Amino acid sequence: MGRPAKRHGLITRLWHWINLITVVVLFMSGLTISNAHRLLYWGHWGFSREHAWLEVPRFPGWMTLPTEYSLAVARDWHILMAWPFAVGLLVMWIYMLIGGHFWRDLRTSFKEWRPKAIWADIVQHLKLNFDHGAAKFNFLQKLTYGLVLGVLLPGMVLSGMAISPGFEPAAPWLVDMFGGRQSARSIHFIFAWGIFAFFVVHIVLVLLAGPIHQLRDMITGGQFDPEAAEQAKKGEAS
Amino acid sequence: MNAPLGRRGFLAGASMLFLGACSKVADSSVGQSLFNSAEKWHQKIHRSLADRNALAREYDKSDISPFFRGNGSLTVGTPEYEAAIENQFADWRLEVRGLVSNPMSLSMDDIRALPQRTQITRHDCVEGWSAIGEWTGPQLSSILEAAGVQENGQFVVFRCADNLNGQDYYESVDMVDANHPQTIVAHMLNGEALPVINGAPLRVRIERQLGYKHAKYLTAIEVVDTLEDIAGGEGGYWEDRAGYQWYAGI
Repeated sequence: MGRPAKRHGLITRLWHWINLITVVVLFMSGLTISNAHRLLYWGHWGFSREHAWLEVPRFPGWMTLPTEYSLAVARDWHILMAWPFAVGLLVMWIYMLIGGHFWRDLRTSFKEWRPKAIWADIVQHLKLNFDHGAAKFNFLQKLTYGLVLGVLLPGMVLSGMAISPGFEPAAPWLVDMFGGRQSARSIHFIFAWGIFAFFVVHIVLVLLAGPIHQLRDMITGGQFDPEAAEQAKKGEAS
Repeated sequence: MNAPLGRRGFLAGASMLFLGACSKVADSSVGQSLFNSAEKWHQKIHRSLADRNALAREYDKSDISPFFRGNGSLTVGTPEYEAAIENQFADWRLEVRGLVSNPMSLSMDDIRALPQRTQITRHDCVEGWSAIGEWTGPQLSSILEAAGVQENGQFVVFRCADNLNGQDYYESVDMVDANHPQTIVAHMLNGEALPVINGAPLRVRIERQLGYKHAKYLTAIEVVDTLEDIAGGEGGYWEDRAGYQWYAGI
C-alpha cells in the first residue's frame, strides 16, 4: 500500500498553519477595533454606557495590531485576513467531511458521553496521561476540537458577517439568528476570547505532550502508527 | 525579577517582533494592494449575494433608540451657520453640480416639495455602536434624475459645511449606492427637523454603509468621473485623513 499514512494530512497541516496566522492577525487587530468602542450591547442597537452589558478594558499597544491606535489600519488587516480565515475553514470542513477525518476522528459516540467515561477522561488528563490507545483523539479532545471547529471558528465568520451593514441585505435572517447586530458584535467578542482560551490550553498541552515531536509532526505530517490503526479498526468492529 | 513579569515581558517581546513584521507588510506596496483588493472583494460579494437595490433592514417605530447619538462634527460652528440655525435654515441651499445636464440650487422648500421617503433604519458607526432612527427626505435618485447625470458620471460627491481639523468634510459613493432606493437626503429625524448634532439641515443616508459615509451639513451634491482630483483623492474626509476604507459596507 505504498508509504504509510501520515499522522496529520497535508490539508490539515496547511490549514493549521494558515489558520494560526489568520487567527493571530484577526485577534490582535480585533483588539484595536475593540479599543475604538469599548462597550458591548445586546439587541439591535446601543451607543452609551447605560445600555451596555460590559465595558471592556483598553488593550495595551503590545497586544494590538497595529501597536499605535489606528482603527483604519486594524480594519485593513481584519478585512484582509477574514478571507483566508473563512475560505480556509470552509475548505477544511469540506476536506474533513469528504476525506473522512471528521467521521473517523472527531465524531463522538453516545458511549463517550456517559458521565463515567467523561470523568475517567478528565482524570487521565489531570494525570497528564496523553496515551489515548488506538483512537486518534480521546473524548475531551474530540469535544474541544468539535467545539472550536464546529462552533467557535464558524461562529466568528457568521457573527462577523452579521456585523457588516453591506452584507445584511443578503441575509437579514443571519442578524436575527444572533438577536440583532449588537448581539452579533457581543458574540463575536466572546467567541474571540473562547478561541484565545483554546489557543492557550492547546499550547500548554502541546508543551506537556512533547513540543518538538508535536511541532515536527504538524509540519512534516509525522507517521501514523499502523498497529494502532489496526487496533482501532478491530475496536470499531467489535 | 519575578516570574510573571518575565513571562509577560517575553510575550510582549514576541508580540512586538510579530507586530513589527506586520507593520512592514502594511507599509509595503504589496500590503497596500492586498488591503485594497480584499476591500473590493467584500464589495463585490456583497453586491453579488444580494440585489443591487436590496434594502437595508427597516425597523418599527418601537425600535427607535431613545436618543440618536451624534459623532464627528457636532456642529459647523461658523458665524454663518449660527445665523442659519437662528433662521431655521430658511436660506440654506443644496447645489447639484458637476457632470449634470441641469445644474440646480435647491432650497429647503424645494427639497420638501419632492416625493419623500421615510425609513426607520439602523446607523452603524465604524467604531462599533449602533442607533436606530426614522429618517425622512427625497431619494437622491430623484434629485439626480432631475439634474440629468451625464454619461461619464461615475461617482456622487457630498460636499459639507463642516470643517474638521482644517479639512472640509466630504464623502462619495458610486452610482449603485447613489441610486439605491434608501439613499435619501434627509431633512428630518424622528419626525422633526434634523438636529444640529446629526447634521442639520441636510444629511445623506447611505444605509448599507457605515456612519462616516452619511455626510452631514450638506451644501452640494457633485457628480464626477474620478475621485482622484478631490482633496486627498481617496474619496472622503476619513479616507484621506486616516486611510479609512472607501467601501464602508464591512
